[in-house]
Amino acid sequence: MSLRIYAIAYLVFLYAPIVLLPIFAFNDGTIISFPLSGFTTEWFSQLWVTKALHNAVQNSLFIAAITAVMSTVLGICAARAGAMYNFPLKRGILGLVMLPLVLPEIIVAVSLLVVVVQFLDLGLSNWTVIAAHVLICTPFSIAILNGAFQNLDPSMEEAAMDLGESRWSAFRLVTLPLVMPGIISSMLIAFTISLDEFIIAFFLTGANPTMPVYIWGLLRFPGSLPIVMALGTLLVGLSIILLTIAEILRRRGMARAGVKDKGGFL
Amino acid sequence: MVSPPLGYALMLLAVPLSAIILFSFWTQNFMDVDTTFTLNNYREIITEPIYFALLKRSLFVSGTVTCVTVLLAFPVAYFVSFHVPAHRKSLWLFLITIPFWTSYLIRVFLWKVILGYNGVVNTGLINLGIIDEPLTFILYNINAVIITLAHAFAPFAILPIFVALEKIDRSLLEASQDLGESKVSTFFRVTLPLSMPGLVAAVLIVFIPTIGDYVTPELMGGAGGKLIANMIQTQFLALNNAPLGAALAIVAMICVTAVSLLFVFLNRRYLRGRS
Repeated sequence: MSLRIYAIAYLVFLYAPIVLLPIFAFNDGTIISFPLSGFTTEWFSQLWVTKALHNAVQNSLFIAAITAVMSTVLGICAARAGAMYNFPLKRGILGLVMLPLVLPEIIVAVSLLVVVVQFLDLGLSNWTVIAAHVLICTPFSIAILNGAFQNLDPSMEEAAMDLGESRWSAFRLVTLPLVMPGIISSMLIAFTISLDEFIIAFFLTGANPTMPVYIWGLLRFPGSLPIVMALGTLLVGLSIILLTIAEILRRRGMARAGVKDKGGFL
Repeated sequence: MVSPPLGYALMLLAVPLSAIILFSFWTQNFMDVDTTFTLNNYREIITEPIYFALLKRSLFVSGTVTCVTVLLAFPVAYFVSFHVPAHRKSLWLFLITIPFWTSYLIRVFLWKVILGYNGVVNTGLINLGIIDEPLTFILYNINAVIITLAHAFAPFAILPIFVALEKIDRSLLEASQDLGESKVSTFFRVTLPLSMPGLVAAVLIVFIPTIGDYVTPELMGGAGGKLIANMIQTQFLALNNAPLGAALAIVAMICVTAVSLLFVFLNRRYLRGRS
């Protein structure tokens, strides 16, 4: 019983900052502290007229969309290879691909920055951010897709090939529909991670900042903080929707693959 | 089949990591980079006390955050694994992971609002009559950095422990109690050793990435709470001394890896000592 109370208190601790977001987003005062002064939707309407913000959001959406597709494609390759084939150095190779999960993000950021700027002498752009985001999102995609590929019977694809399908069409007609929920779930998670990622984006962003980099700039100006709260409220709402869809699809994918659900994303 | 992700990881992880190691042996020469091999950056890191102090503080913060996070997380993982009915487990895990995915920057900033001089904690405690003066030891110092990071990395600690606890054969616990162990000693002699792989994973997955976070110390740490990652960031983006920043990043990485390996080694010895 006391454990239950502790677990609930822990959830309160986890949600404390998020609960404050909408409170201050609708608060009619420029200082983010208590007591509250009144209700307003002023900050949300200001979001609509801030041009620089729109550019940053567009950038971030572009980066997140491409990251989602690329990391999921790489995730499919790795999860499929991991589940169906044995090859030399399997553990080492998959370990290297999963490494960004535990690597400090600043290491990923500075090493790519050095390569791009010092060695290749290229400029920074959205594509440098995408390159890094795909790197850190792929392990998450693999973790999700592993669940979908794990119990897939390789003999089903073989049967399709025996019946005259090519290797590709056997994959497309047999395996792909079975793992589809996992694929969409992986894309949504990668999208969410990329949209929210700051540490790497700050180093690798070009002339057009991503949304978190833009928010970082706003945090220095006390006057713009209520707008940040309004933006944050929208973002939290959006991520909760995306994550809920991802979770539902992940469970459906597990059920299709015939795996018993063992819990979360990781 | 594995070659595309492998190729990507080699191109964008292995090559850049090698490049930054090479780069750390070069020096910044005003506007351009001098490519003669030299140990000057490393020599500067060893001789200037500021770097050593930052490194020590960073390792202390990462270590404390890891202890706090894992100790706080274990009972939650235990509760979800042992006391929540099977069909509700996914829901609990989902609830635990949601805050982790949402707007990291704003979440860190909001801790400032919670812990600040006129923040939620202080106004709450004053209104309840528990304190007269706002508490000042919880903002713009290391404590604030530790609280915020412990919050940010919570799910990273809960999930691996939960997975390890789920794998424990429940009949072992019954057997232990049938053989006369109390509930407490069953926990320490059966449950805890069997959950060790998850605990080790949780420690590593919290300890290693926290060293690379510069957002939390920047926003929460004040003047005395800056960490090594802030220094790396400054060397790269403000002071225009990228080779020194690269060397600092490598030194930080080596320290973290050394501590992690030591931890894994000690843990193996502990487990072997028991069996």
